[in-house]
Amino acid sequence: MEIFLNGLRQALALIFSLDPNLLEIVRLSLEVSGLALVISAAMGLPAGLFLGLKHFRGKRFIVALVYTGMGLPPVVVGLTIYLLLSRQGPLGNLGWLFTPRAMIVTQSILALPLIVGFTMTSIAAIPSDLIMQLRSLGATRRQVVFTLLYEARTGVFAALVAGFGAIISEVGSVLIVGGNIEHKTRVLTTAIVLETRKGNFSLAMALGIILLAITFTANWLLLHLQGRLDPRHQ
Amino acid sequence: MNPILRLEAIRHSYGEHFTLRIPELSILPGEIFAVVGPSGAGKSTLLRILNFLEKPQQGRVYFHERAYTASNLPIALRRRMVAVFQQPLLLNASVWRNVSYGLRVRGSRNGHEAIQQALDDVRLSHLARQPVDRLSGGEAQRVSLARALVLNPEVLFLDEPTANLDPSNVRIIEEIIRKANQARGTTVVLITHNIWQARRLAHRVALLFDGEIIETADVDAFFHRPQDPRTAAFLSGDLIY
Ligand SMILES: Nc1ncnc2c1ncn2[C@@H]1O[C@H](COP(=O)(O)OP(=O)(O)O)[C@@H](O)[C@H]1O
Ligand SMILES: [Mg+2]
Repeated sequence: MEIFLNGLRQALALIFSLDPNLLEIVRLSLEVSGLALVISAAMGLPAGLFLGLKHFRGKRFIVALVYTGMGLPPVVVGLTIYLLLSRQGPLGNLGWLFTPRAMIVTQSILALPLIVGFTMTSIAAIPSDLIMQLRSLGATRRQVVFTLLYEARTGVFAALVAGFGAIISEVGSVLIVGGNIEHKTRVLTTAIVLETRKGNFSLAMALGIILLAITFTANWLLLHLQGRLDPRHQ
Repeated sequence: MNPILRLEAIRHSYGEHFTLRIPELSILPGEIFAVVGPSGAGKSTLLRILNFLEKPQQGRVYFHERAYTASNLPIALRRRMVAVFQQPLLLNASVWRNVSYGLRVRGSRNGHEAIQQALDDVRLSHLARQPVDRLSGGEAQRVSLARALVLNPEVLFLDEPTANLDPSNVRIIEEIIRKANQARGTTVVLITHNIWQARRLAHRVALLFDGEIIETADVDAFFHRPQDPRTAAFLSGDLIY
């Protein structure tokens, strides 16, 4: 309890002192996870749309893969990317290991199945006759797609929230491919691990509280945006 | 008078048990053409083919004397026709946003008056800002109709627009259909399994039975002097649904 209270006090002190080290860590966390979210959304929304709309042979297999991917252990993804990016690995000459790029790659992979899965389920729930109705109303194919995404917006927002929440709070993959290097690849979660190991429990707790506050703020912003798209507020 | 829509040598099957076969069918500009027939006869399939929503496996569909398919119909021509289905198929948004949908996809910015007029016509102006999930079945179907009528289509397709509705909603909707046809010259293809509705609204009626058109005739002839015994049976309610 005392650690928790101290953590809270220290978290507030850290936030209000605008500690440059803290700001740097927060900024990198947001950049890495934010970019990973953008990348996985750019690939996952179209893929989810496709799977939600089309029926084809082998679809069940792909859907099973997506569902499995929703529970990917971050350390396994981290290890795989580590091996690919390590100096002897096939992608070694990129020189991405122990840089934020490697962290963005692993987090994009972790968020992708979540975004595909949530988008797919919410698109598949739309009655298929609606597509025909929209075409008949004069929508082009592209307009139909955007209307469907908008129609499935609750699920699409859930996809983004779930994706962001999963990657900003994961530590396994960024620790392996980032290495928790100060001023370079240290993010909130890896900093928490480090401070815990060093026995700085209230500092670790303070960072944890800040992490939760960021996730909460991000979700709140997304919900706010979603609320503005709700017909009850139009 | 040249037909506005024409089917030629259509064959379209679903599995082994259903085939739509229509050697020839013409829809004339300005008419209300009703298609009646028991459920499962192929009425909705016929409508989807006429509205270029489905490509028939064989045969051609002509719009103003030129053949197109669902995939090569130019968007400008597609936008001269619109269908209203049995389910209202509304978007999860306000009544107003639903009615404005077709105008928005056309990039039309100044449809305000037309939307207001369409809502007045279906007597739903007072619900313009309501989300559609609070509407009754009849109101939802009227929104669906307003969403189509606001586009002032050349051809309006209606697939059982009043099935499952109470008499007062049926009356409102029939009035709107008649008004669109008379005041604006809208060609209407009305699919219904209610023969009385066909009789009240249509200029010509076709009976579709088991994928084939048994008889097409002017409304009076259809109801008073049916040529085919199956038409007579259908009119007297002896055809099994
Ligand atoms: N997309 C489809 N796939 C398979 N069978 C279909 C499809 N649409 C319609 N059918 C079948 O075709 C027949 C005619 O259907 P439909 O055109 O909906 O008839 P109606 O509108 O007159 O009730 C029915 O037996 C129906 O089950
Ligand atoms: Mg039908």
